[in-house]
Amino acid sequence: MFGLKADWSLEVFERYFTLGDYAGGEARWCPGCGDLAVLNTMHRVLRDAQMLPEKSVVVSGIGCSSRLPHYVGTYGLHGLHGRALPLANGVKARRPDLDVWVGTGDGDCFSIGAGAWIHSMRYNMDMVVLIFDNGIYGLTKKQTSPTTPTGASTNTHPVGAPLPPMNPLTVTLGISNVSFIAQVPDWNPPLLYETIKAAHQHKGTGFVRILQRCPVFSPDFCKPYQENPERMLLLTHEDGIPMDPGVKRVFSEQREHDPHDWLAAMDVARDLSRPPIGLIYLDTDAPVYSEQSAHGMDITDGEKLAALNAALDRFAV
Amino acid sequence: MITPTETGTSNVIDGGFSQPVQISEHIIEVVSDSGEGAQKCGQTFGSISGKMGNGVWTVEIIPAEIQPPARSPAGASGIRVRLGSSYITNMGNEADLVVAFNEQVLYSRIANGAYKKGTVVLLENKWANDPQVEIRNAYSAAVSEFRKNGLIVHELAMEEACLKLTQNPRKGKNMFALGMLARIYSRELDKCLAEITQTFSRKGEKVIKSNQELFNAGFEFASEEIEYHYRIEPYTTDQSKPAIITNGNQAVGLGVMAAGMELVSMYPITPATSASHYVAEVFQNVGGFVHQAEDEIAAIGFAIGASYAGKTACTITSGPGLALKTEMIGLAVMAEVPLVIVDVQRGGPATGLPTKVEQADLLSALYGAPGDAPKVVLAASTIEECLHFVILSRKLAEAFRIPVILLTDANLATGVQPYPRPEVKEEWFTSPVDQSAWDENIPAYNWDEESGLSPRPIPGQRNGEYVLTGLSHTERSKVAYDSDTNQVTHRMRSRKLAALLKTLNPPEVHGDDEGDLLIVGWGSTLGAIEEAIDQLREEGQRVSSLHLRFLSPLEPGLTEIFSRFKKVMTVEINYSDNLDDPLIDEENRRYAQLAMVLRAKTLVDVDCWSVVYGHPLQPGMLYRVISKNLQNLQN
Ligand SMILES: Cc1ncc(C[n+]2csc(CCOP(=O)(O)OP(=O)(O)O)c2C)c(N)n1
Ligand code: SF4
Repeated sequence: MFGLKADWSLEVFERYFTLGDYAGGEARWCPGCGDLAVLNTMHRVLRDAQMLPEKSVVVSGIGCSSRLPHYVGTYGLHGLHGRALPLANGVKARRPDLDVWVGTGDGDCFSIGAGAWIHSMRYNMDMVVLIFDNGIYGLTKKQTSPTTPTGASTNTHPVGAPLPPMNPLTVTLGISNVSFIAQVPDWNPPLLYETIKAAHQHKGTGFVRILQRCPVFSPDFCKPYQENPERMLLLTHEDGIPMDPGVKRVFSEQREHDPHDWLAAMDVARDLSRPPIGLIYLDTDAPVYSEQSAHGMDITDGEKLAALNAALDRFAV
Repeated sequence: MITPTETGTSNVIDGGFSQPVQISEHIIEVVSDSGEGAQKCGQTFGSISGKMGNGVWTVEIIPAEIQPPARSPAGASGIRVRLGSSYITNMGNEADLVVAFNEQVLYSRIANGAYKKGTVVLLENKWANDPQVEIRNAYSAAVSEFRKNGLIVHELAMEEACLKLTQNPRKGKNMFALGMLARIYSRELDKCLAEITQTFSRKGEKVIKSNQELFNAGFEFASEEIEYHYRIEPYTTDQSKPAIITNGNQAVGLGVMAAGMELVSMYPITPATSASHYVAEVFQNVGGFVHQAEDEIAAIGFAIGASYAGKTACTITSGPGLALKTEMIGLAVMAEVPLVIVDVQRGGPATGLPTKVEQADLLSALYGAPGDAPKVVLAASTIEECLHFVILSRKLAEAFRIPVILLTDANLATGVQPYPRPEVKEEWFTSPVDQSAWDENIPAYNWDEESGLSPRPIPGQRNGEYVLTGLSHTERSKVAYDSDTNQVTHRMRSRKLAALLKTLNPPEVHGDDEGDLLIVGWGSTLGAIEEAIDQLREEGQRVSSLHLRFLSPLEPGLTEIFSRFKKVMTVEINYSDNLDDPLIDEENRRYAQLAMVLRAKTLVDVDCWSVVYGHPLQPGMLYRVISKNLQNLQN
C-alpha cells in the first residue's frame, strides 16, 4: 500500500470484517428451518469476534444441517456421514492456530457417529460442536433418529417410533473429561447468540445441543416448546450463559443452577419432560487434547535431523 | 510324526574339530514355550550377526494359541535366523541347527516342514528326569521318534548349567542359549556383550550383568560340550558404508519420520501395531505425535483432517482396518487429500490369521472404495523398501493430491534384515505449512488439463477459502450434480494416475529378457522367488522373474515384456483355485489377485500359483513348483 510494505499488525488492524465476509453460498434449507437461525447467529459470533475468515474451519458430516460449511465464507470440510468429529479433531491436532467449528445432526452425531461423539467429548479439543437436533433424519426424508420421541410417526416407523428416545445430555455428561454442555432452542436469537458465543470462548469442546425446528418432517418436535416456553427450564447462574431480562421474561420456569455441579447438572439433564435451557455443565480445568497433540511443533529441522539420526544409530550395524 | 522333506540333506558338518569350519550359510532356530525368551535370543543373535557383516533374515515363530499349556506343540514360540556370507532375502528352507527348550514344541515345527534329515537339535534334557512319569515317557518317546526320522538329537543339560547362576532359568536360559550360539558360530564376544547391554539397557546394570554372565556360561558350556564350530564370513567388507538392521515395521516407522510426517493416527491391529509402537517410542524426539483413535474410521478421519489442514498424515493398519477405512479413502480420493495409508497385510478374510502373512488385500486396496476411486497403490518387497516407500508415498501423495496405500505384510513386519543406512536430508521434512495469501483467481481445484494436477489451498491462506466436500464438485469446490461436472472431474482424478504412469520406467526382468517362463510377483516374496529363479537358471533353465512395486498405476511395458516368454505365471500368497481340482476348469477357476489384474490389463493368459499356508514362501518349494511348470511347458 502506498509503495510501502505493510507491517502485519497494521494489516490486521486494517482488516475489519463484516457479516458479508463470513457469508458463503446461498443457504438452501426449507423456509422455516431452524438451521438458518443457527447460521445467521454463527455469522454474527464470527463477526463480533473478528475472526480471520482464513483461520476458521467449519467441519460437518452429512445431513441437511451438515450443509453448514457451504454457507460460511471460511474454510470448510464437508465430510462423511457421522464422521465430522474425527475430521475436526484431525484439523485441530496439528493446527491449534485454527478456529474449528463442527456442525452435525442428531443422526450424524448420536447414531452413525456415536462412537466418535463419545470419544471426541473426552478428547476435549478446543472447538465448538453444534448439534442440530431436529429429532428426525431430514436429508433422507423422515426416518427415525435416536432422539425421535416415542410414538412419533416416521417413514421407517409409520405406526410410531418404538423406543424411548436417547437423552444426549445425560450421555454427554457421563463422558469423562467433558467440559461444556449447553442446550438452546434455535428460535430465541439472543439466547442462541450468547450460547454459541460462550461455547466459542470456552477453552475445550463447547458442546451445544440446539433444539432445531424442522417444519417439514418433525414439526411436533419443537412446537410444544415454542408455543409453551414454560415447558422448558431456564438455567441461570453467574458462570452460565449471560442473558438479559428480555430473555428471562420469556421463560417462566427458571432455576439457579451451578454449572460446575455435576450432580445438579445430571439432575436437570435427565428430566425429559422439561428440557433445561442454558449452561448445564462447565469444567474449565479439563485437559485439552489439542495441547498434547500439537506437541513438538516448534522443533527445528536441525533438531529433527539430529533426533532421526539418533533413532537410526540405535539400529546401526 | 517326523516328516523331514525328501530333498533335505545335512548342512551340519560333524564335530570333532576345534578350529571352526567355514560355511556359507546356516538356518538356525530357537524354539521354546512362549515366555522363555527364545525370540529375544534369536533377535539378539541376528542383530550381532548383522553387525558382524553377515547377511541375515529372521522370522518369528508365533504360538498358535494365546495362552498355550506348557510343553505343547501349539505353544511353539521362537525364532528362525538365517545367516550367511551373502545377502539374505528370505527365511530359506529347512533349518540346519535348532536349540529347543522342550521336545514337544518341535512337533509343531516338524509339522510345518521346518526340518530335514540331518537337522541338528540341541535339546534340553531335564525332562528325562522329570518327577512326572508321563513327561519322562513323552520325552524319551519323542527323542527316539526324532532320531528314527533322521534328526540328529543332542540331549544337553542346559538348565542345570543355568541353575548355577540364576534361580529362575525360565527367564535366563535364552541368554545362555545365545552364548552357545555365539560359540558355535564364532561370534565376536565384544559385539555380543555390547548387544546384550543395549537389549537390557532399560532394565538397569544388574539385569545387564546377570544376562552377560548367563551368556558367558552358555559360551563356556558350548566350548566344552558341543563340537559344532563354524565360521561364516561377512559379505560386506566395505565397512565404510554404514548399515542398519531393523524389522519391516521399524522401517515403516523410520520412514514416517524420515518423510517428515508429524502425525500417525492409528487403531491397534496385528501385525501393524508394532510399527506404531516403535513410532510412539521415538516420535516425540522429532516433534511428532501418535494418535490412538477410537476405531479405524476415526483414525483415518483424523489423518484426513490433519492432511486437509496441511500436515500430511499417516495411518497404519491391517486388512480388517483397511476395510473400515474404505469410505474415508473414497473421501480422500474425491476431495483430493494427500494421505499415506500403510496396510501390513495378514491372513483374511474377517479376522483370519492375525499373525500370519498373506498378500490378499491387493484387490481391496485397488478397488475397495465404492465408485471409481483412483489412488496410488505401492508394495514394498524388502525391509529397506518399507522405509523408502513411506517417503515415496508421502511425496506422491502431495505431488498428486491423492491417497497412497502402501502394502507390506506380516513377513516383512517381523522379518529382520540389515540394509544401507539412509542418508537423511533436511529437505525430506515437511516444509512449514504455506500461509501466504492465495491468489483468489485460482480455484481450489485448478486442474491442469494435461495431468489432472492442481495446487491446494491450506486453511490459514487468505483468499483460499473453500469447502472441501465428498460430493461431486466444481473446480471452486461447489457442489454440482450436473452430468458434465461429474464426467469431467472423474476424468481429472483419473488422469493423475495416467500422468504418474508416464513418469515410470518398465520394471527390470531378473534373469534373461526372454525365455520359457516368466514368474511375476509382488511384495515380500521377492527374495524367495529370486533365490529359486537363480537356482533354476544355474541349472540352465530359461526362466526369469519380474517383481512389481507399483500396482496402481500398474508399471508400464508389461504386455511387451510378457510377449517375450512362452508362459507368464504369478506367484502369490493369496487364494486361487487349482486346475488339478476335478471341479475346477478355465471357466470357474478363480485366479490369484495379481494374476486377475494382469490378465485384465495385458490380455495375456497369465497363469498363477498361490497358496495361503500362512507362512512366507520358501525358495525350495518355489523351486519345485517352477520346475514342474517348466517340465509341463517342455512336454
Ligand atoms: C454411510 C452413510 N449412510 C447413510 C447415508 C445417508 N444419510 C445421509 S444424511 C442421513 C441422516 C441425516 O440425519 P441428521 O444427521 O439428523 O441430519 P438432518 O438431515 O436431520 O439435518 C443419512 C442416513 C450416508 N450419506 N452415508
Ligand atoms: S428437511 Fe427439515 S431440517 Fe432439512 S432443510 Fe428442511 S426443514 Fe431443515
